[in-house]
Amino acid sequence: MAFPHRPDAPELPDFSMLKRLARDQLIYLLEQLPGKKDLFIEADLMSPLDRIANVSILKQHEVDKLYKVENKPALSSSEQLCFLVRPRIKNMRYIASLVNADKLAGRTRKYKVIFSPQKFYACEMVLEEEGIYGDVSCDEWAFSLLPLDVDLLSMELPEFFRDYFLEGDQCWINTVVQALHLLSTLYGPFPNCYGIGRCAKMAYELWRNLEEEEDGETKGRRPEIGHIFLLDRDVDFVTALCSQVVYEGLVDDTFRIKCGSVDFGPEVTSSDKSLKVLLNAEDKVFNEIRNEHFSNVFGFLSQKARNLQAQYDRRRGMDIKQMKNFVSQELKGLKQEHRLLSLHIGACESIMKKKTKQDFQELIKTEHALLEGFNIRESTSYIEEHIDRQVSPIESLRLMCLLSITENGDARCSLDTHYGPEHLLTFSNLRRAGLLTEQAPGDTLTAVESKVSKLVTDKAAGKITDAFSSLAKRSNFRAISKKLNLIPRVDGEYDLKVPRDMAYVFSGAYVPLSCRIIEQVLERRSWQGLDEVVRLLNCSDFAFTDMTKEDKASSESLRLILVVFLGGCTFSEISALRFLGREKGYRFIFLTTAVTNSARLMEAMSEVKA
Amino acid sequence: MNRTKGDEEEYWNSSKFKAFTFDDEDDELSQLKESKRAVNSLRDFVDDDDDDDLERVSWSGEPVGSRTRPGSFQSLSDALSDTPAKSYAPELGRPKGEYRDYSNDWSPSDTVRRLRKGKVCSLERFRSLQDKLQLLEEAVSMHDGNVITAVLIFLKRTLSKEILFRELEVRQVALRHLIHFLKEIGDQKLLLDLFRFLDRTEELALSHYREHLNIQDPDKRKEFLKTCIGLPFSAEDSAHIQDHYTLLERQIIIEANDRHLESAGQTEIFRKHPRKASILNMPLVTTLFYSCFYHYTEAEGTFSSPVNLKKTFKIPDKQYVLTALAARAKLRAWNDVDALFTTKNWLGYTKKRAPIGFHRVVEILHKNNAPVQILQEYVNLVEDVDTKLNLATKFKCHDVVIDTCRDLKDRQQLLAYRSKVDKGSAEEEKIDALLSSSQIRWKN
Repeated sequence: MAFPHRPDAPELPDFSMLKRLARDQLIYLLEQLPGKKDLFIEADLMSPLDRIANVSILKQHEVDKLYKVENKPALSSSEQLCFLVRPRIKNMRYIASLVNADKLAGRTRKYKVIFSPQKFYACEMVLEEEGIYGDVSCDEWAFSLLPLDVDLLSMELPEFFRDYFLEGDQCWINTVVQALHLLSTLYGPFPNCYGIGRCAKMAYELWRNLEEEEDGETKGRRPEIGHIFLLDRDVDFVTALCSQVVYEGLVDDTFRIKCGSVDFGPEVTSSDKSLKVLLNAEDKVFNEIRNEHFSNVFGFLSQKARNLQAQYDRRRGMDIKQMKNFVSQELKGLKQEHRLLSLHIGACESIMKKKTKQDFQELIKTEHALLEGFNIRESTSYIEEHIDRQVSPIESLRLMCLLSITENGDARCSLDTHYGPEHLLTFSNLRRAGLLTEQAPGDTLTAVESKVSKLVTDKAAGKITDAFSSLAKRSNFRAISKKLNLIPRVDGEYDLKVPRDMAYVFSGAYVPLSCRIIEQVLERRSWQGLDEVVRLLNCSDFAFTDMTKEDKASSESLRLILVVFLGGCTFSEISALRFLGREKGYRFIFLTTAVTNSARLMEAMSEVKA
Repeated sequence: MNRTKGDEEEYWNSSKFKAFTFDDEDDELSQLKESKRAVNSLRDFVDDDDDDDLERVSWSGEPVGSRTRPGSFQSLSDALSDTPAKSYAPELGRPKGEYRDYSNDWSPSDTVRRLRKGKVCSLERFRSLQDKLQLLEEAVSMHDGNVITAVLIFLKRTLSKEILFRELEVRQVALRHLIHFLKEIGDQKLLLDLFRFLDRTEELALSHYREHLNIQDPDKRKEFLKTCIGLPFSAEDSAHIQDHYTLLERQIIIEANDRHLESAGQTEIFRKHPRKASILNMPLVTTLFYSCFYHYTEAEGTFSSPVNLKKTFKIPDKQYVLTALAARAKLRAWNDVDALFTTKNWLGYTKKRAPIGFHRVVEILHKNNAPVQILQEYVNLVEDVDTKLNLATKFKCHDVVIDTCRDLKDRQQLLAYRSKVDKGSAEEEKIDALLSSSQIRWKN
């Protein structure tokens, strides 16, 4: 249980520096507005802010009262108002309404808007249109990397997924690039770069441009991290759509981990109170079970509980001196462990209860059948029944998408009738993002496309291909799965206690495609021999490698790999790569625009009122 | 005003300018300033211009913080009245136009690079269509969406929409940014114009339809949905839009009627089971459940009757039965449940039939806490023997288990089951009687 790293595994760089940097920058910005001020914080920024600064730090820098940015008139009586927001139009409108209300009332105050992680021109345009440009001062708080754990950096930008993969808006690419630039200034250049996906390629190009412009900053530094791998979420939707069965993923699917912490309700804490719990490597109990298949977790926890009991029991028969030692040195640790144990046992029970109720076993069986491509009719009727029984619209959507991508065809059932007609809009979104694929027109489209391409110049052809790409996107999942051996052949039972490959994160049924690609490329140090896979992924133009001379890179740094997930990664993928790292003596560092799961992907696609 | 110190430094130090100091007499710019002062002294000819407004231009090109000079150098009449000044300037030094250019003559790629850094940068000098498009291409090839949008805002302001649309039609990346931008700022009108121009009829229809989400009042929403009906949706979607309208129309009628009934307090069902929420804007299946719950016995002619809903919206049999079963089971109306599965054949014999399979029926009944007698009846109707046995065991339908074992002549299983029933119970007696019976030829 809780496999140790190989003795030769490299040490992780210290990312806590990123927190300090962000905090110092925020303090600097607050000091730019000297004197007492009220601070308005956007809800989505509260949890990330919580992780790097607390109220007393804000108070030290003369923040008087804190408000949440919401659509309500502000009751603040302060002479100075400071807004800490994401660069969104609706935030600008809100600020404008406050400022204009003040103007009407003949009131003058100082206003400052701090955009995090950066300012957008569209926001400034709104400020200008609303007549308050110049009345408010604008600043940027480049807080784009939050270390959620020793090996996990999150940009906390869940909107990246919808903005880029649905709307085609590239506004966050520069934000990603700034984050990469920051990492390379702090931890040295990355000698080996790989990537796959349209966005990955664009981010990489913009990043290269930036490094060239700021030539010299990272030059001469010894690289600490030997490889960087950029990957677009749409290269692998399937993995993100699957139900998670490793502990951390399951906790995320069941209770939703938000910014590295989770709210355990009374059903878990077995008291009348909810508890906010940080889930990271510092929680010793959690750290040992986070990457485990759920079926192992119970056994582990009960073993742990027995050990704990034994340690408590040692008290008996102690003399006074020993007892004194025990109380002063061990008891606190034991109590802490006790507390954590009972929390995770409570969480497991609660998960079991919920999953039994939803026929989780049957659900998983269906998912595995879809992944392996057998009993399609049975799976389809299971999904239809799932819809008929109105279990949960998000779940049904997820299963439909999984069916559609794995079977390469539109699996639209009569979902709109069941979950409200607004789903018409959701369907349209899912199709545009390539989460639901069309069945027939694939070939026709390719034909049309090549015909059109012949008629126009090269440059324009690329653009027209763009226009078609989302429509023509066919998933080819079955062929890719075969090529990359994603479905392990198992004789007898797959031993989940002693995993043999990354498939263990899905009960031995499926190796996550994203992780397999990373594994294969790292093994070859290039895309060589993967042409067919790349072609099937519709990424022929978007798979790249870039190597620089490695003379300065230590062999240790060459076993450190930064994986960048554009559009989000799941805890299952993180667990799978941690496993790969232990097997090969690598260590992975994860940088993601946000941690995601199937429910979040589906929710990002649904339409709600503006 | 809006420029930070860093900006200013970067401006002065940028490669476009030779190192500049205020006491450097030979510098071109200070010469220029002097010339300008000379020009300005001829007050009658030149408007009173501020020395330093030359680069205080926001990225959108509007002078920031400076007095707005009517028309700046844009309108024709302005250009005409400017003529005398312009004729003076060359003699004294550089023409005013060139002077402005000097501080602002970033190439498209420089401009785009500055924009990416968030620098203040005027786009106003890109006036020919060719320049504008070149700027856009530069922005697109740099990949920064923020900059693409900045250029699009400028293009939207300085090009007629026909020209803008025409040019974007062949520039898909930029087009997607404009569409998203229009959605974000809520410029629905221009968005619809754009879709119309692009002949993207389905998107046009969906985009229009989407607006209903922002209408709270049910009657207004209904009226709005009516305007969506003729729009060019796909055939399948068209039917859904029609249904959406009809459904809301029904819900409004049902809601008004039931609210009245409920508050009058005369109707038993509403007194016993007060409504938890309004039925307005609920999905079809929820509406059907509601109608099976409160209006089950109504004649087909009424809008609120389940049969009417089933017909109007062509609800499949399976779906109907599932929903009706759940609703009637919740009310413990077992007779209704029974009737749901009873069919008569042409000879008048009755037969039990369930389009969803009786194993599902049993599960739903169990979820609604049906008594064992009822459960037993339906477990018996499950065709597959193994499933039947499993369900009967799971839900403690002893008689079914016992009878099935007897029919299977499975003595071992019956023996095993004996330990699961209560000691001295009727079931135990029944098992014992069977086990000792000489009539049965057990298979094991």
